[in-house]
Amino acid sequence: MDTMFHISTLHYMVLSAALFLLGVIGVLTRRNVVIVLMSIELILNAVNLNLVAFSHYWQGIQGANALHGQVFAIFVITDAAAEAAVGLGILIAFFRNKETINVDEVNLLKW
Amino acid sequence: MLFLNHIWLIPLLPAFGAAVMFVFGRKLQKTTVSAVCVGTIVLAFLLACGAVWQYSAWSSSQEHFHQPYEKTLYTWLGSDTGHLTYKTQSGAPAEFRADAGFLLDPLSSIWLLFVTGVGMLIHIYSTGYMAHEGGYYRFFGYLNLFMFSMLTLILANNYVLLFVGWEGVGLCSYLLIGFYFHRKSASDAANKAFIVNRIGDAGFLLGMFFIAWIFGSLQFTKVTTLARAGNFSPETLTYITAATLLLFVGACGKSAQLPLYIWLPDAMEGPTPVSALIHAATMVTAGVYMVARSNALFVLAPTSMKTVAIVGALTAIFAASIGLVQNDIKRVLAYSTVSQLGYMFLALGVGAFAAGVFHVFTHAFFKALLFLGSGSVIHAMSGEQDMRNMGDLHRRIPVTHSTMFIATLAIAGIFPFAGFFSKDAILWETWSREGGAYRFLWYIGYATALMTAFYMFRLMYLTFHGRPRMSHDVEHHIHESPASMTVPLVTLALCAIVAGWLGWPQSLGGSDRFTKFLEPVFAPEARVLQIEGQTGQLYEGAKEEGHNTGTEWLLMGLSLGAAGLGWGMAWRSYRHADKGYTEPIAAASPPVYNTLLNKYYVDEGYDYVFTGRRKVGDVRLGVMGLGEASSWFDSHVIDGAVNGAGRITRLFATISSWWDKWIIDGIGVNGPAILARMLSYPARLFEWGQVQWYALVMTAGLVGFVFYYVYH
Repeated sequence: MDTMFHISTLHYMVLSAALFLLGVIGVLTRRNVVIVLMSIELILNAVNLNLVAFSHYWQGIQGANALHGQVFAIFVITDAAAEAAVGLGILIAFFRNKETINVDEVNLLKW
Repeated sequence: MLFLNHIWLIPLLPAFGAAVMFVFGRKLQKTTVSAVCVGTIVLAFLLACGAVWQYSAWSSSQEHFHQPYEKTLYTWLGSDTGHLTYKTQSGAPAEFRADAGFLLDPLSSIWLLFVTGVGMLIHIYSTGYMAHEGGYYRFFGYLNLFMFSMLTLILANNYVLLFVGWEGVGLCSYLLIGFYFHRKSASDAANKAFIVNRIGDAGFLLGMFFIAWIFGSLQFTKVTTLARAGNFSPETLTYITAATLLLFVGACGKSAQLPLYIWLPDAMEGPTPVSALIHAATMVTAGVYMVARSNALFVLAPTSMKTVAIVGALTAIFAASIGLVQNDIKRVLAYSTVSQLGYMFLALGVGAFAAGVFHVFTHAFFKALLFLGSGSVIHAMSGEQDMRNMGDLHRRIPVTHSTMFIATLAIAGIFPFAGFFSKDAILWETWSREGGAYRFLWYIGYATALMTAFYMFRLMYLTFHGRPRMSHDVEHHIHESPASMTVPLVTLALCAIVAGWLGWPQSLGGSDRFTKFLEPVFAPEARVLQIEGQTGQLYEGAKEEGHNTGTEWLLMGLSLGAAGLGWGMAWRSYRHADKGYTEPIAAASPPVYNTLLNKYYVDEGYDYVFTGRRKVGDVRLGVMGLGEASSWFDSHVIDGAVNGAGRITRLFATISSWWDKWIIDGIGVNGPAILARMLSYPARLFEWGQVQWYALVMTAGLVGFVFYYVYH
């Protein structure tokens, strides 16, 4: 097995961390709510990647039946879909009232 | 009954004439104006004669014996349904109501006849006198309006309608005195007359209110009936005294008695026919009429009667003494009018109402004649009124001279001219009434008779005899007046001779028809006075018994003697009057002469006391000065105090407001709030509405926890 091309769990984790970081930066810096929602998708997918990677790692130790991580990833995807639906719903309601989708203009709820 | 039923036409005819003049007059020819205006008065005179004739028949019938004739056209003020009710002095409910109603009784008959008669003659005279004047239609319109008002005054059956006529004649008097309105003296005189009359009118109004309050009615017949019914409480009698005194104030204004007589001499600024009609014969007797009309009230108030008598007597001698030295021919006659009006009030005051009315009647003729004669003289003299510049006119204007001479004999009281009978009736009544209680007023009246004869014959001698004192220009133009002026003069002269015969006294074998005619109006009062005469005396004098013919003859002889004496003195002093003639009074005592010539300085005194024309420095004197001082006190002291209090309050308010704003609100209320806000600032940083900030905080917290657990 060529160590150079062996893709270890660590690789996945680094990729996952990078995706997560991209997502966090996107959530914190972008004004457009659509992009913020997309960045949240990125974060969730980074988590999914982590879950699948660790599931694969556990399959190597406990056998092919260790599928908990992958099942969990499927739940997360479902959850992401639901969250996107709710988020876009709020977004439309918001746009109807303020005619903008900039997140920094959503500032009524304070103090 | 045709004339009686249409009695309302009598005042309405002149009103129609006046209306025509005021609407179309400017465009009408002088002849048309004369025809309309004189025509209405002639018609009114004929209607009046008819009405009086029918009335005398009506009132001598069995069923209407001695009753006044009343005709109501419609309810003018108030209502038949009793909406305007009030409580009278006794507490009984009464209803305010004034009808447009007419009353004809002997009293108003007399006034009606001589007002329309003399008015007619003066209208005719005016067509000649005013022929060359501007404003011809205006003059006749005013005259007709005056006749309307005067006839309304005479024929009214209640005080309110009488007051309408009363004010109407005042207005016309104002308009006609100020007829030559471009002359300041004329418009001033008009204002003076109007304003002085207002003072009297205020009294009349108040008196009217009193009557309405006491009797619950303003209708003459009702008030008279109630007053004659008697049985008044002392309190009510006091109110009646007040009412009659106030009515007399009104009479003083209209009839030029002390102290309100001052307007009448100035009223001579008007055209001479106006002086004759309004300020001698008719309007100024309205006060006498009103008092005579209220005789039933006056006899209930002995105080008022005494006041009337004393004011009348004082006015008579006061005005006559001024008349002694005046040089303006019309002014002499004006003061003479005031003086004769004083006689009339003297008669009313002593309770001799019939004698007073008799004097009004005769005076109307001879005084109108005197004024018209003086107008004729002025006409002949090209407008000259100063007797010092006249003289020797008797041959040049003979008709004027002879008619005026008759009038002079009448007013001086020479037998058998009109004035003799009326004046003698007054003097005799003054002497004998109430057992001689008023006898001291007889002396005043007697002295006045002497003065009257003197100033009238002075006027005659200065005007018609002596040396001519006018300039050649004027002398050249002297001419007798046209027939339109002389015919009224002659007619009036006839009246001045015979009018007095109506009252030929019983002591001279006559029957005194005049007094008999008036009996229905005054007779009940005579009885009241006889009863009251026992107690209501001015002073405790010897009581005279009954009607003493001998004494009456003696008094007649005395007053004839006075007239003759006055005539003689005037004859002696002025018979040969040439330029620079001497006045006997001036020769005897210059201060007395100056006082009389300046009319006792009454106008000046009024200026000091009432009108506010006199000033010392910048300070006005008299009542107006008091007003100004009060005004100054009010605006400076009272208002100053008010404003000072205001300023102090405002200052306190400013301080208080500043304290509230900065100390209470600033430190007490807003201070803690600002403190809380400042303190809350850090807390607010975590929740200022930016979603991404929250996310950043969350992330930072997460990173913080991670670092904590990793490096712990």
